[in-house]
Amino acid sequence: MSKPQSIAERLSNQGFNRRDFLKFCGITATVMGLPPAVIPQIANALEKTPRQSVIWLSFQECTGCTASLTRAHAPTLERLIFDHISLDIHHTLQAASGEAAEQIRKQAMKDNQGNYLLIVEGSIPIGNPGYSTIAGMSNKDMLMEVAKDAKAIIAVGTCAAYGGIPHAYPNPTGAVSVEELITNKPIVNIPGCPPIPVAIAGVIAHTVTFGTLPELDSLKRPVTFFGQNIHDRCYRRPFYDKGLFAESFDDEGAKKGWCLYKLGCKGPVTSNTCATEKWNAGVSFPIESGHGCLGCSEPNFWDAGSFYKALSVPTGDFAQTAGYALAAGAAVGVATGLLNKKKKGDAAKNHETVTINDLDRKQQ
Amino acid sequence: MMTSIDFLSWVRGPVFIMATAIFVFGISLRLLEIVSLRRKPDYSAPRGSRMVGGMRTLFSRSMYDKSTFQRSAFTIVAGYIFHLGLFIVTFLSVPHILLFRELFGFDWFGLPTILIDAVTVITLLAMLVLLIHRLKNPVRRFLSTFENYVVWTVTFLPLLTGYMAYHHSVFPYPLMLGLHILSVEILMVVFPFTQLMHTFTLFMARWHTGANAGHRGIQV
Ligand code: HEM
Ligand code: SF4
Repeated sequence: MSKPQSIAERLSNQGFNRRDFLKFCGITATVMGLPPAVIPQIANALEKTPRQSVIWLSFQECTGCTASLTRAHAPTLERLIFDHISLDIHHTLQAASGEAAEQIRKQAMKDNQGNYLLIVEGSIPIGNPGYSTIAGMSNKDMLMEVAKDAKAIIAVGTCAAYGGIPHAYPNPTGAVSVEELITNKPIVNIPGCPPIPVAIAGVIAHTVTFGTLPELDSLKRPVTFFGQNIHDRCYRRPFYDKGLFAESFDDEGAKKGWCLYKLGCKGPVTSNTCATEKWNAGVSFPIESGHGCLGCSEPNFWDAGSFYKALSVPTGDFAQTAGYALAAGAAVGVATGLLNKKKKGDAAKNHETVTINDLDRKQQ
Repeated sequence: MMTSIDFLSWVRGPVFIMATAIFVFGISLRLLEIVSLRRKPDYSAPRGSRMVGGMRTLFSRSMYDKSTFQRSAFTIVAGYIFHLGLFIVTFLSVPHILLFRELFGFDWFGLPTILIDAVTVITLLAMLVLLIHRLKNPVRRFLSTFENYVVWTVTFLPLLTGYMAYHHSVFPYPLMLGLHILSVEILMVVFPFTQLMHTFTLFMARWHTGANAGHRGIQV
């Protein structure tokens, strides 16, 4: 391996000056929700730190997560980060294949033992080891092997974080998430189908800069990116509050940009940064292009009912249930009614007249 | 591990189906039980219309009477506010109307969230005040049964949790919304088997009284 360069060295090799570098540190700080005061600290750390070794494993996935990251056009933060980490292995992007690729992976693991970041894309099938293999090795075995000496693991995308679409009912491959298999390593989940590129870059930047993982919520998601609710940040929110809703995808309301709640928007139950960071270098995000949020970064979003059913509408066929229950209730009601009527009749028949004398007698 | 999204899916799915089944079954049962008892036919010559009398009483009994009002103005006013508020929040808020649309196939006009929110606060306060009133007055307290408190609680909780969900208080939205729906499901299960049935029986009883009066030509 060539002598490790620091990020600052590589930047200057590529013709970035110090100003660009500080700007980059500033963006990093902003993205991570840190005060400007830490910019020098970030700069200092990045100048000194050798490039972080990263091993990227692709399991049961669609490569959407990788595509999301690599499609950034301008020299964005994501690009900078990816230029300046040492992406030693990336199943999808690497040129090497077969034995050679395996060799590189083993070498990288050895060179950076205990120090490399492991990024996992895709879920792991545990139903049958043959469902997904790389170089004849099951996904599970490879994950266990690489995870053993990793500093930390970043589960990128909803599949790696929660099982995702492979895990959807009836989960034919027995797909599980990274955290279901690995319990003794720090794990960060960056869910999303695909996740916001800047979230991945931000977590890596944070790890490189501070040597620690960012603050996580109960689902192990970085709070900086997943602490916000789409509904609360949505630019259509004023319409929600005013009660102005699109009733279909091409009615007047839709054209006027009204709220998509009635069309099944899951923004209210989704924590992500789409509404503020947006996609494709800040061009727009699903709600802005006229479709409700699918909630793709939430666990089991695929099984949480129809994408086009409003959140307040129960997912099952409760109308049919109501019909049956109505009939059953009526039948039992009439039956008990008739029984009661009979009881009343019998009571009337067996009624003994009580005279005032009888009462008197009883009292004595 | 059950996440809040799983919990929400659970209460929106199987639990709602179960609650609906119990709710509808229970109401259907209780109502038909009463109706199928039937009254003895009244063979007297009618001096007025049963229908007119029944309908009139349905509405006229909703007006307070003067002496009762003087005695318990507070209960009447707070009671009206809370029942009206409950009606507005349940049937005129857009998320709720969507639920009815799914069931009945048609919908109606909903109010802006801001208005619903204001009505919610008023309704919650009215209910709280009524509870305090009930507890403070020794006679009322003596007359109150366990069931009275159960019914108050299961009615209060959907309002409170709905309000909390909207304002993202205490728990994140998905969990709070899940709790809101669960609280409604509890209400639905309890409803047919408690005095909450007055929602329906009240009108049956009024109509019956009014119809009898109408038949006899009594002016009420
Ligand atoms: C007796 C029945 C119910 C009552 C009294 C009730 C009450 C409320 C209240 C008070 C709010 C908050 C309004 C606000 O402060 O802005 C609310 C909101 C809501 N409720 Fe209900 N609710 C009932 C039934 C249901 C049911 C059955 C569902 C769904 C299955 C449901 C779903 C919702 C939703 C999605 C919201 C919107 C929250 C938001 O805007 O963020 N509610 N409800
Ligand atoms: S479009 Fe979705 S996220 Fe935006 S305000 Fe409407 S419901 Fe909320």
